[in-house]
Amino acid sequence: MSTLALSPTRLPQRFLPVMATFVVFVITFGVGSFRYEGFASGQVVANLFVDNSFLIVLAVGMTFVILTGGIDLSVGAVAALSTMIAAAALDAGWPPLLAVLAVLATGTGLGLLMGLVIHHFDVQPFIVTLAGMFLARGLCFLISVESVSIDDPSFRDLATGTIALPGGVTLTYSVLIALAVVLAAVYVLHLTRFGRTVYAIGGSESSARLMGLATTRAKVGVYMVSGFCSALGGLLFSLYMLSGYGLHGVGMELDVIAAVVIGGTLLAGGSGYVAGSVAGVLVLGTVQTLISFEGTLSSWWTKIVIGVLLLAFIALQRLVVRRRP
Amino acid sequence: MRGISVEFPGVKALSDVDFRLLPGEVHALMGENGAGKSTLIKALTGVHSPTTGVIHLSGERVTFTAPGQAQAAGISTVYQEVNLCTNLSVAENIMLGREPRRLGGIDGRATRAEAAGLLARIGLTIDPASILASHPIAVQQLVAIARALAVEAQVLVLDEPTSSLDAEEVEELFRIMRVLRAEGVAILFVSHFLDQVYEIADRMTVLRNGALIGEYLPAELSRIELVSAMLGRELGTLHEVQRRSDARHPRAEPVLVASGLGRTGAIEPFDLDIRAGEVVGLAGLLGSGRTELARLLFGADRADTGTLTVNGQSGRPRGPRSAIAQGIAFCSEDRKAEGVVADLTVRDNLVLAMQAARGWARPVPRRTAEAVVAEYIEKLDIRPADPEAIMSTLSGGNQQKVLLARWLITRPRLLILDEPTRGIDVGAKAQIQKVVADLAAEGMAVLFISAELEEVVRVSDRVVVLRDRRKVAELTGDDVSVDHVMSVFAAPHAHTGAVAS
Repeated sequence: MSTLALSPTRLPQRFLPVMATFVVFVITFGVGSFRYEGFASGQVVANLFVDNSFLIVLAVGMTFVILTGGIDLSVGAVAALSTMIAAAALDAGWPPLLAVLAVLATGTGLGLLMGLVIHHFDVQPFIVTLAGMFLARGLCFLISVESVSIDDPSFRDLATGTIALPGGVTLTYSVLIALAVVLAAVYVLHLTRFGRTVYAIGGSESSARLMGLATTRAKVGVYMVSGFCSALGGLLFSLYMLSGYGLHGVGMELDVIAAVVIGGTLLAGGSGYVAGSVAGVLVLGTVQTLISFEGTLSSWWTKIVIGVLLLAFIALQRLVVRRRP
Repeated sequence: MRGISVEFPGVKALSDVDFRLLPGEVHALMGENGAGKSTLIKALTGVHSPTTGVIHLSGERVTFTAPGQAQAAGISTVYQEVNLCTNLSVAENIMLGREPRRLGGIDGRATRAEAAGLLARIGLTIDPASILASHPIAVQQLVAIARALAVEAQVLVLDEPTSSLDAEEVEELFRIMRVLRAEGVAILFVSHFLDQVYEIADRMTVLRNGALIGEYLPAELSRIELVSAMLGRELGTLHEVQRRSDARHPRAEPVLVASGLGRTGAIEPFDLDIRAGEVVGLAGLLGSGRTELARLLFGADRADTGTLTVNGQSGRPRGPRSAIAQGIAFCSEDRKAEGVVADLTVRDNLVLAMQAARGWARPVPRRTAEAVVAEYIEKLDIRPADPEAIMSTLSGGNQQKVLLARWLITRPRLLILDEPTRGIDVGAKAQIQKVVADLAAEGMAVLFISAELEEVVRVSDRVVVLRDRRKVAELTGDDVSVDHVMSVFAAPHAHTGAVAS
């Protein structure tokens, strides 16, 4: 269609927040390469993905929820529960595949439960997922109060196995899984009716309902997607840590929300892209890497920088929205 | 539909109504606000489930529990307030839920092409890939109609599709309706404009207070009979508002003087003065800058040039807060988004403004609040006359009255009414016009904006005419007539371009 050519100013406007995130990513990375020798190497970029693959997966799930105008506070706790279930199941001698399925089923099931409560009782997602967070966190300690290490050989192989890329750069399998999730999410959001309904609900839920869209399914569905992504993110995290522990990922939900918002997704729903959320995670990762390269700074500086970035991005979003005719 | 009743907690919205709709006809559903028109439509389209009664579609009994089911059965609806998702593109809004697919995914190109075809069918030339929010409400309404055409509908329900369209667009809509009628589509049409109903409808059904009054042929029922069937009372109130021009104090102090006030892209610089006790009408076609002018006066949008003198103080308008402090009230056009708080009760909505005027430190005594609320409910005939009724359960006209009352409570010196009667019935309209006349008689200055010329002409002492975002004329005295205003509009006829852009 020639429609894209008709209004050349429209596309940049719509993608402005996402592009801004990429610009910030490039700038922070540029600052790092300028200040520190060895920063601008392929491996540092690869490590951004390696160290944050679980965050990417969680951010993808959170993007679905936030696009409908909801929020999911349970993701960190569900991820921790996933590490715990995986570790405990493997410890009990379950075959790895069964353990993985059990984890994914638990996460998706929790998401389904929260989605049903949110939709049918018409309760704020904030409260329901807060309850879900406490529930999942509590369940972790029901399984064990101690950290459970993962000794299963196939899990260890998966965790330590690397893929060599040209230029001596290595990636882990977790990165591949995360990227596959991202691609699947882009497909679902932009090329399926479920995905378009998610955007429609974020735009106006009552309109979407009157248009005859399957809003119930989509609204419950996003929490299932988020639950599934939390479980999968938890699995990746257990690969990263090679242990299950009830205190894994404390406050991770807030990092995830920050990444999604920095990625340009409106908290009010209806506008945003998965690619933005990935960029948001990369920005957070770069800031963290910068601070570890600096060496003398406390790691809490990461939080300060994230706070500043978050504020800046929310201000930017307001400006973009206001400038719209 | 036979014996349809719909009950909400505490309210019986429809009782035992029969309704039939034949293929290849335009059937007008008439009634005052709160008569149950919208409820009947929602029962037909699966939004509300009827408590009793049955619906037959093409001879078969059907029950819908969700809007999607009714659509699948071939019943397509365009609602009164535009119900689309403004964050999505025009094409997506038209095709949402039935996008063409290719290779397991939605085919964006085919979606846009198909949407472009439907837009072309209703004669709208906009980019299907553009975001819906970038178009004015009238265009959004046409997009909603294009959406309704996207399904091969047997039944097309148009709930007040014309309330935000101008004359030419209404003609266009009627042309489409005639084409569809000839194709055998059954069209249910709701409108408050009697002229339109008589122009297009083949049959009419009148509802009042949730009950069926009767089914008529337009040829058998005169307008006056129709109106009295809808109102269930004599037409006295309709004639109460006379053209009022003589009993005026032309030398009264101007409440507001705008000189050279303007904003790039919204409205060219204009001069305007409004005196106490006078009703100034603002006439103009859709997109002529009526609302933009009002928003500048109120300070809701910032002016680029010019000064505004309110009560002798000059300056650039600073914002709604200072405007309110100076005694200007602005009753907005878009009551759904900018006016009412839908989840609160009528009383809470009324008290809001009162409290804001007093400041937070001095709570409104309960007894004062009760008295004031009761006074305005009676004065404006708000129905149901129950201060505890939730706003969202009121009909459009009654919500509008509450909104008006909310501003009146603050006793403004200048009241700006932007389309106060849009989408409401004759009875409520007459009441609002009468209230406006009474307010002016008490010394309030009123700026009255309406798309309906007859109405502007009837209530105003002076009429300011806008065209293409420019003030082109100011009519006073005997010049104030529908014909005269029309001739000013008509001079060069160039507004269609502005609407479609």
